[in-house]
Amino acid sequence: MRMLINVPETVVADALRGMAAVHPELTVDVENRVVLRRDAPVAGQVALVSGGGSGHEPLHAGFVGPGMLAAACPGEVFTSPVPDQMVRAAAAVDSGAGVLFVVKNYTGDVLNFEMAAELAEDEGIQVAKVLVDDDVAVTDSLYTAGRRGTGATLFVEKIAGAAAEEGAPLERVEAVARRVNERSRSFGVALSACTTPAKGSPTFALPDGELELGIGIHGEPGRERRPMMTSGEIADFAVDAVLDDLRPRGPVLALVNGMGATPLLELYGFTAEVQRVLGERGVPVARTLVGNYVTSLDMAGCSVTLCEADEELLRLWDAPVRTPALRWGR
Amino acid sequence: MAAAAAAVDREADRLTELDSAIGDADHGANLKRGFAAVTAALEKDPQATPGAVLTAAGRQLISTVGGASGPLYGTLLRRTGKALGDAERVSRAALAEALTAGVAAVAQLGGAQPGDKTMLDALVPAAEGLATSFAAAREAAEAGALGTVPLRARKGRASYLGERSVGHQDPGATSSALLVAALAEVTA
Repeated sequence: MRMLINVPETVVADALRGMAAVHPELTVDVENRVVLRRDAPVAGQVALVSGGGSGHEPLHAGFVGPGMLAAACPGEVFTSPVPDQMVRAAAAVDSGAGVLFVVKNYTGDVLNFEMAAELAEDEGIQVAKVLVDDDVAVTDSLYTAGRRGTGATLFVEKIAGAAAEEGAPLERVEAVARRVNERSRSFGVALSACTTPAKGSPTFALPDGELELGIGIHGEPGRERRPMMTSGEIADFAVDAVLDDLRPRGPVLALVNGMGATPLLELYGFTAEVQRVLGERGVPVARTLVGNYVTSLDMAGCSVTLCEADEELLRLWDAPVRTPALRWGR
Repeated sequence: MAAAAAAVDREADRLTELDSAIGDADHGANLKRGFAAVTAALEKDPQATPGAVLTAAGRQLISTVGGASGPLYGTLLRRTGKALGDAERVSRAALAEALTAGVAAVAQLGGAQPGDKTMLDALVPAAEGLATSFAAAREAAEAGALGTVPLRARKGRASYLGERSVGHQDPGATSSALLVAALAEVTA
């Protein structure tokens, strides 16, 4: 294992100390593991609070700021945060207009956020929750934990965050967040496993010349292993997997996401292939974001997320955002 | 609790190894952190009754572990502790009854049942075995954990693997068996 760390136990705290040092527009509470907008609570504004395991950077702390999250709660690597963090975050950012928890569909995240919502409501904070579950690689049935939450988390946080920034009330922000999730689907591919600091060796063995199809963002193996494919073949496979589940009638928002160790040279090439496939399938693309946004430590690979947009969602997507990892507009 | 913490500490790497096969390779590290916090909390703030010890330990796990194991193990200990009430001494029969209540709370919280390849596959038989003896509880939990190998995961992160989860022992059932074994050890 060669990692740029001190010891595995302090990886998350060390990263937060770094964020605190270079982002004066954030309040970083290293001890309690909460990252807040410096200007929170913003009067009259619904506050979005999200969180999850660390190791997916820049998700979530990198998306804290005007137009997106009011607070993020980073857990241990690939482990959901604990309720104490979320309650502390909610109390710090609630202006009285209420808090929306953005929760990725993993048992740990769901259970901890549920406990936190109860505790926050006991403190008189109005809480709504949206569950992100966009991953088509996982069969959604009564007998599983349901689809995973992956790339669509960025769409939900950006678009619902813009609605909150406009001053929309809690139920409206929640409805927008749900709509984004319902219209979003993702599919991911790994070209290598990732290495968690605690374990120090790859989470699964992927022989040279093979790839994993249908991976999530925790270094868990995917649904299927195949001989290595070209970028174009992977784009065909991933986009078709998404379009099997999502039949967009209008233009889509697209996220071509790197898993952490795939350079932009490859991601842009892959994006060209994604655009080609979407063109061939007759799906117009309104906006595309390319980069490492919802990662899995040092995993090589990528994911494609599509969201069927409409006028309102596009307007909210284009609205200004000012966070460490995503910023545009004013 | 000290025995449980020691067992978790000793076996953390093995749990993490099992977890890396079908999960995300952190189960051992997470439980180790939680039980270390439990030990520290109980040293700082000793509890008078077995019920209070379990309740405080459960609360501590919820506040420190994260993931699914934090709320699930936290709920197990908290609800078992609550069911024991404030008795100063607890019989094995009373503990078996309380553990059954704790296990039921875990099943409700996680929405799982035996056969889903989760900690319940060890805990449910353990609670039944405890009605007979501590040794029976330990054997039943270990058999239950081993019995998860051929199962297909239907809950938790391993469920995302579908058929590929078959052939691996469930880390949660394994850590449950470990905790039951620690209980049997201190009562022997």
